[in-house]
Amino acid sequence: MSKIGVFICHCGENISATVDVERVAREIGEMEGVAYASDYKYMCSDPGQTRIKEAIKKYDLDGVVVGACSPRMHEPTFRKACAEAGLNSYLCEMANLREHCSWVHEKGEETTEKAIDLVKMLVEKVKKDKPLQSIKVPVTKKALVIGGGIAGIQASLDIANTGHQVILIEKDPSIGGHMSQLSETFPTLDCSQCILTPRMVEVAQHPNIKLYTYAELESLEGFIGNFTAKIRLKAKSVNYSTCTGCGACIQKCPVKKIPSEFNAGLGTRTAIYVPFPQAVPNKPVIDRANCNYYKRGACKICEKTCQVGAIEWDKEDEIVSEQVGAVVLATGFDVKGTDFFPEYGYGKFKDVLTGLQFERLASASGPTLGEIRRPSDGVIPKKIVFIACAGSRDPAKGIPYCSKICCMYTAKHAMLYQHKVHDGESTVFYMDIRAGGKNYEEFVRRAIEEDTVNYIRGRVARVYEKDGKLIVKGVDTLLGGEQVEIEADMVVLATAGIASCGSEQLAQKLHVSYDPYHFFAEAHPKLKPVETNTAGIFLAGACQAPKDIPETVGMASGAAVKVAALFSKEELIREPIVAVVNRLAPPLYSTCVGCFMCETACPYNAIEHEEIKGRDGSLIRTIARINEGLCQGCGTCVAFCRSKSIDIQGYTNEEVYAEVMSLLND
Amino acid sequence: MKIGFYPGCSLTGSSREYNESVAMVAKALDIELVEIKDWNCCGATAAHSMNEELSLSLPARIMAMAEEQGLTEVVVPCAACYNRLKVTQNELEDEQKRARVVDILKQPYKGNLKIINVLQLLEAYGTENIKAKVIQPFTHKVACYYGCLLVRPQSILKFDRVEDPQSMDSLIKVIGGTTMDWAFKTECCGGGFSVSRTDLVAKLSGNILKDASDRGAEALIVACPMCQSNLDMRRGAINKTLETPIDIPVIYITQAIGLALGIGAKELGLKRHFVTVEL
Repeated sequence: MSKIGVFICHCGENISATVDVERVAREIGEMEGVAYASDYKYMCSDPGQTRIKEAIKKYDLDGVVVGACSPRMHEPTFRKACAEAGLNSYLCEMANLREHCSWVHEKGEETTEKAIDLVKMLVEKVKKDKPLQSIKVPVTKKALVIGGGIAGIQASLDIANTGHQVILIEKDPSIGGHMSQLSETFPTLDCSQCILTPRMVEVAQHPNIKLYTYAELESLEGFIGNFTAKIRLKAKSVNYSTCTGCGACIQKCPVKKIPSEFNAGLGTRTAIYVPFPQAVPNKPVIDRANCNYYKRGACKICEKTCQVGAIEWDKEDEIVSEQVGAVVLATGFDVKGTDFFPEYGYGKFKDVLTGLQFERLASASGPTLGEIRRPSDGVIPKKIVFIACAGSRDPAKGIPYCSKICCMYTAKHAMLYQHKVHDGESTVFYMDIRAGGKNYEEFVRRAIEEDTVNYIRGRVARVYEKDGKLIVKGVDTLLGGEQVEIEADMVVLATAGIASCGSEQLAQKLHVSYDPYHFFAEAHPKLKPVETNTAGIFLAGACQAPKDIPETVGMASGAAVKVAALFSKEELIREPIVAVVNRLAPPLYSTCVGCFMCETACPYNAIEHEEIKGRDGSLIRTIARINEGLCQGCGTCVAFCRSKSIDIQGYTNEEVYAEVMSLLND
Repeated sequence: MKIGFYPGCSLTGSSREYNESVAMVAKALDIELVEIKDWNCCGATAAHSMNEELSLSLPARIMAMAEEQGLTEVVVPCAACYNRLKVTQNELEDEQKRARVVDILKQPYKGNLKIINVLQLLEAYGTENIKAKVIQPFTHKVACYYGCLLVRPQSILKFDRVEDPQSMDSLIKVIGGTTMDWAFKTECCGGGFSVSRTDLVAKLSGNILKDASDRGAEALIVACPMCQSNLDMRRGAINKTLETPIDIPVIYITQAIGLALGIGAKELGLKRHFVTVEL
């Protein structure tokens, strides 16, 4: 007869406030085969775990059920405790009394009864559980970093500096990301490019980093330690090994009016282009959608100009395959455009800008070489209005969250404007000022007090154009709700930071979860901020939520450490939750009939053909065998198997039926 | 086709010309308007600023009467009535409020009536029809003015873009008119303060008229009796707030369409306006 130990956790009050935990322990204790049952305030704590270990020894338990939180949270904790007491860790099961019961039901009799049922099911299952051994898999000590902004740059450098190989892919022709577009950075006003470009160069020159620009992830297969990444290298149409980066082709390109992405649409670029002068790599690509030759079949002026014959017209996208052990996602964010705001002109007014566009105006490398000038007529604006929370914190706009960086960059923008236009007048409309960060509050105060920026607490209802001016109609909620009307020359919207375009598709490719706003989801909001729920895939920077540079860099280094820790081991321990085809003694060998329906069903290509041969080497039968390195334990093959020859270890038919029957036998 | 019709008080009084033009246009488009029998006031601004139960019971009774009559869809030309009926329908999704209101009414209320405004009626049943029947294209540059109640609160009305509605503009384009981008499309005209604070109404309505006129509008097109009467009847007070008086007329969308369909000015009630309409 089984000797099962059952341990019911109060989870502080998370479970015990709605479930009568003592009754659960009492009633389960009376079940057949249960040798010991008790409850405790925090089962996951050290004293809690000690109770489990001591009970295993004292009662010689051959199975443990912990009724507590989700196994996602603490299954490893309890399995480890069991293993330490000498019990095979796969003989420990968890009943989720928190997420599946106490958190979703009212306090009451029925809730407690459900908790009892949940535990009962696991008791019946654990009776059927078999001891399993972990699977050991080798680790490919090479990391893939997706996204070449400051997050990807920092993560790549940190991983590379631990001595491991890194592949960094960036979808644009240059690394640098949003940080390269910024003018000065808060709260120190140091030049963004001056601190970033040396790092960009370091990436390009680092012996451990392989950089693929103008490249995107095509697919990712495999699992932690053993991923296969297929990377699409978009055709640059320029041979980088012969191109010297002289720039003559760019000078001569006749298509000059393409809005420059780097200048947030304020400047123009050519069809063959380098996004900005400090780009890494500093070699051009041809934008085929805008190139005369690709559009109309004639031009080729760049080819005639190129002294080294680097133009490759017929070059096609190339897919390269790389084996990697870990992935860092650092795909950053986008900002909403001005066209998202009907009340602020639907993007029709040229002098209503996004914060990112203002960065380009204020930047020495921008379209006006750092002079603040109106895009419409090039005049220096004498009155400028900044609108914070444009879209953010506004459920009606679909962006209820705070974009976090806008309070600070708006203060910086107003400050930069005052520094550059001495007789200018700047006004900031805000909801609240959120300046949490080292020296952040002081920075905002400096804008208000030293640089005389006029801060008005209130929203702007409308911006419209009249006689060359932008009429800003708002309200000052601190002065008795007085209406404010400002005739401005330029309006800057601190538009919401949103998940970068395509992040949903990327998340689906990687099997990484994402939140309703398409930001990638961390594994735990407090304790696992850089991990995802997919083992071996980590997050860095604003792809998880809007964040500023220091936070991004910190997170990137955090992700790098996680990767380095993964690479510090020669082998990884994997859960043995994989499918197995049964094997029997001759003359049966297996109930598998070799129909290979499972092979057609398996999404991971884990089904192999195994030949059973007689002593004389003659083929007796061919049956299915599962490659446990590739199997993800999804169970599709089990459902497809016509002869019921496949089972998932840890979730065998027998075990699962035992769970179900425990409820039906009541 | 047949559709329920709730005129509301304004359309039988200060805005008779709206009623007349709605009726004429509906007739021209072969839409039969079936008036709700024994209808009552929707309560408008007065009820909902004073008494919640009253503000819900009045519109609920109208809808209950329509249900009793077997109507499934009702067109409500007045923006305030439309707003009150829609908001009430939304509020009465709450079981408790609904039970209370049914108790007050002493008559059943199902709450599944489809309430639409005149723009929705014309959009849904008439765009192609109107296009085919235009006799005299409405070749004027006009400013379409939606006011507050037609589009807000958007979460309940779910009609058009809240900050920059377009439905009236598209109808005007159908009859050959030119519309414009302007800043006061959905600004408030002063609404119910017409009597108690005429000075405020004059100022707010003045802002609206001035922007439209500055941008070259020959007329303001409206779909709300309150807006129309403020912008039209209060023109004397409005013009006192302005440097130069404005004489552009304020006409209903149904009047504009009626003109395009060749209906006479008198039948459309265009002679009833304070500011002379010469279009």
